[in-house]
Amino acid sequence: MSAESTKRPLGQWLVLGTGVTLLGLGEYLGLFWAPPEMAMGDVMRIIYVHVPSGWLALVAFLSTAIFSGLYLRTKTPRYDHIADASAKTGTVFNAMSLATGMIWAKPTWGVWWSWDPRLSFTLIMFLLYVAYSALRRFVDDTESRARWAAVYGIFASVSLPLVYYSANWFRSLHQPHSTPQTVDASMKLPLRINAFAFLFLMIWFIWRRYELLRADAAHESTPPPA
Amino acid sequence: MNATLFATLVAIVKKDLLIEWRTRARLSALVFFSVAALLMFSFALGADIQTMRDHAGGYLWLGLLFASVLALSEAFRVEAENRALEAVLLTPADARAVYLGKALANALLLLLLGALLVPMMLVLYDVGLDGPLHALRLLAVVALGVFAISAPGTLLAAISTNAKSKDLLLPVLLFPLLVPVLLAAVKATALVIAGDPMGDAFTWLSLLVAFNVVYWALGFLLFPSVVDE
Repeated sequence: MSAESTKRPLGQWLVLGTGVTLLGLGEYLGLFWAPPEMAMGDVMRIIYVHVPSGWLALVAFLSTAIFSGLYLRTKTPRYDHIADASAKTGTVFNAMSLATGMIWAKPTWGVWWSWDPRLSFTLIMFLLYVAYSALRRFVDDTESRARWAAVYGIFASVSLPLVYYSANWFRSLHQPHSTPQTVDASMKLPLRINAFAFLFLMIWFIWRRYELLRADAAHESTPPPA
Repeated sequence: MNATLFATLVAIVKKDLLIEWRTRARLSALVFFSVAALLMFSFALGADIQTMRDHAGGYLWLGLLFASVLALSEAFRVEAENRALEAVLLTPADARAVYLGKALANALLLLLLGALLVPMMLVLYDVGLDGPLHALRLLAVVALGVFAISAPGTLLAAISTNAKSKDLLLPVLLFPLLVPVLLAAVKATALVIAGDPMGDAFTWLSLLVAFNVVYWALGFLLFPSVVDE
């Protein structure tokens, strides 16, 4: 173990450890312990990855919106880094929910993709946060970059309720939200455990990305050697 | 709205429309561009009059959307030259009023463009309207749509003008944001043109109104942070 990694805060190791342990447990329960679904059979087990990644993408983007607002209020660079780290992590989770959704759609709906409200809005959300990252790349000045990205981060967050409620508001091919009352306990348990596993892993990703951004910022503000 | 805010708003709108009027070459180039876009859609599709009639609303809005990106970045290029926007912001004017003024001027410009494109659409795609009331309803949809484009568009143009590769950045930022507007405006336009037996138009119009309310409010609140030096 290098000197660099031993300096890592203990909390970060705990978050990673908890996330990985829960993920292992959740995947085991989801793949082997929970019963196959009545109509879809084993195909439905992808739900234990698909649903948590969708949820956590929304949580990460919500964090982008909150920390963007905090940045505009206080102009503290730390908040900008957290907003950026959350957006990048959320984009990965968002891509994962799109990909698993498509893999699930092929055997059950017969197509990879359908232009249905839930799917369309989720794709738009993905594009919005890719655009958020693109915007950061196009601005050199650190302070303007943080301000403009924060504004766009708040603009983009308007899509979150549209994505979340689209399956219930519109006539959608995507099924409406399941609730704990409509899901059997044997499926609820692995889903819940996986959701927490994804939450811890997401926090770990954001934390690591945040450290990288801090290091980058420190590097940028250091004058080059004469 | 207090009196000074309103006075600033009116002054900015007047100024922007006057600039537009005195540089009419820009406006006519914009009109030419949108008409050319409408023509290209019909060429790309082949001369199937039924298809064109069915999708007339979609072509109209794509034409307006592409034209609006050009119009918006032009509107701020003028401000960036000679650092005119900074001069405006150095006056005791409220930045929020400056935003409202610029967004309103852009919306009016796009509305004029839309009003010119609708007759082109009727002719090129063989869409029939019965009576002035029908035309007025169509114009109301166009107005709601272009106001919805202008609200986030003006603010994002202010950002992209000061960034690298500004002509590339504005559509990247704006298009994903405007998908709900495009969707709702196209559906509402189609329902106005073809008739609305199920009473669906109300849903799409309310989506447009909601989008307008949200983004005009966000633009009003956030614009000072965009131009804050």
